[in-house]
Amino acid sequence: MEIFGIPLQALLSQLLLGLVNGSFYAMLSLGLAVIFGLLNVINFAHGTLYMMGAFLAWMGLSYFELNYWVMLALAPLIVGAFGIVIEKTMLRWLYKLDHLYGLLLTFGITLMVEGIFRSVYGVSGQPYSVPDALQGATNLGFMVLPNYRAWVVVASLVVCFSTWFVIEKTRLGAYLRAGTENPKLVEAFGINVPLMVTLTYGFGVALAAFAGVLAAPVIQVSPLMGSNLIITVFAVVVIGGMGSILGSIVTGLVLGLIEGLTRVFYPELSATVVFIVMAIVLMVRPAGLFGKEK
Amino acid sequence: MNKKLIVGVLLILALAAPFGIYPVFLMKMLCFALFACAFNLLIGYTGLLSFGHAAFLGWAGYLCGQSIKAWGLPTELGLLVGTAAAALIGLVMGLLAIRRQGIYFTMITLALAQMLYFVALQVPFTGGEDGLQGVPRGKLLGFIDLSSDLTLYYVVLAIAVLGFSLIVRTIHSPFGQVLNAIKENEPRAISLGYDVARYKLLAFVLSAALSGLAGATKTLVLGFETLTDVHWSMSGLVVLMTLVGGLGTIVGPIVGAVIIILLENKLGDIGNWLASVTHIEWFTTLGDSVTIVTGFIFIVCVLAFRKGIVGEIQALFKKGQVQGIH
Repeated sequence: MEIFGIPLQALLSQLLLGLVNGSFYAMLSLGLAVIFGLLNVINFAHGTLYMMGAFLAWMGLSYFELNYWVMLALAPLIVGAFGIVIEKTMLRWLYKLDHLYGLLLTFGITLMVEGIFRSVYGVSGQPYSVPDALQGATNLGFMVLPNYRAWVVVASLVVCFSTWFVIEKTRLGAYLRAGTENPKLVEAFGINVPLMVTLTYGFGVALAAFAGVLAAPVIQVSPLMGSNLIITVFAVVVIGGMGSILGSIVTGLVLGLIEGLTRVFYPELSATVVFIVMAIVLMVRPAGLFGKEK
Repeated sequence: MNKKLIVGVLLILALAAPFGIYPVFLMKMLCFALFACAFNLLIGYTGLLSFGHAAFLGWAGYLCGQSIKAWGLPTELGLLVGTAAAALIGLVMGLLAIRRQGIYFTMITLALAQMLYFVALQVPFTGGEDGLQGVPRGKLLGFIDLSSDLTLYYVVLAIAVLGFSLIVRTIHSPFGQVLNAIKENEPRAISLGYDVARYKLLAFVLSAALSGLAGATKTLVLGFETLTDVHWSMSGLVVLMTLVGGLGTIVGPIVGAVIIILLENKLGDIGNWLASVTHIEWFTTLGDSVTIVTGFIFIVCVLAFRKGIVGEIQALFKKGQVQGIH
């Protein structure tokens, strides 16, 4: 079976790959949105922390023989702790200043961490194999579905929607949303806002590390994988607007799909299509698809 | 009077410099100084942080190089092509980016510059990973032979001084005052009846064009253009130069550019010296780890040193004056 001269199997597998990329966009832009909501900081280091997650998975296997599943739990914790240290020692001093300084600080952290990883591991990628339980593929009749890719999409959807549920539907989330609107008032009600801010940053970057571990078997683990991704994620954030949690998840997934489709029909544009979509959205709806005009 | 004296001394130093220091290195510094000053026009005097200035530097370099090498244009027209191309890119990027404010503005410029990076990677004439090589220097206006480094140095110095004077003139013009008003209080500027979007766009295009001039000149000096100049790390580097020297100070970006370029080139020597003093072997590899050091400087500047070198000196002088009055 063919659609527009493209075999259905090829089309579907590219769409799935797009969805896999889209899940990474969704998880990263979700983390960026949560952090920006409470801290007013655009976390440039998000991509680097994603890279650290992937590297921790690889290091765990190569140095300590810790398997994929252990690292899937451990890497976000380690990176989350690292994030908390960053927030407590550095970011904390910038909240009263212009937003730009937060971006510049995290940019500096990106350069440093990336530089350290580069000087130790070089720029070439380290291979990381798919865990045994998820190897192989399932034949669905109309397409062959690689198990690991399906797992990535399912796992990230579960994580994204749990995050959405916690923020929108629980008491903890209500505190968080209130803290985004008016931190002083929330503090007056006896809630420890600085602690909440620290934990939010820790959670946001842990999400990035989780995405990194998921990505490790799909793409080669390399020191540069994060900074290349983060700029695309910034475009995703501009397209979706950071006002809505659900918005950033949906935007991330849809852009992944668009990228996948472009790879099938016009591969030359696949690296730039997200930016083109961004330009169009800016012309038609400057506040972003889910953003509120301020 | 005092200011004129300082400018005079600096000019004499700049004129004499190539007799003591390798001219190509000096020219590279001049190009980056102009680049940083052009960037500062936007961040320091309009309050817009662009993270996409690498696109102007790099694309102006590519088009200047291509127009001289492949189209056979004379040198001065090549420089013009590069500058005009950067202005045009700046116009399109500016039109899109000024639709959003603050942090979004920054992200949009970064994203669009990344797009142009991918274009540079894919278009054949840029030479991809190898870069555009072998750009001839040619003759300026048909009779000034630029193959001698010394001659070229004075041409580059003239270009840099011209660009720099234009920036200073802009800052002190009524137009510059409006830009400053936008930086300090945008809603107020709007309520006073200024078409803020147009002013921002004009400042953006001007900054892009001057960055382009710097990029085109740099290609002429070095004879090649590579992907390094369009990469986002270059956009970060110009932010760092301006930050180290002092945001919103007139000479700050020049000081910052000189320091950062010196550091990039001499880091290996500094590392070797540190290793010999402290006996820590690791320092000998410092030359290969420029990004670690620039990242570290970034962090220190943002946390503890936000006024930059020139900004701190100015603050010190102001304090002295106040104490003198009492």
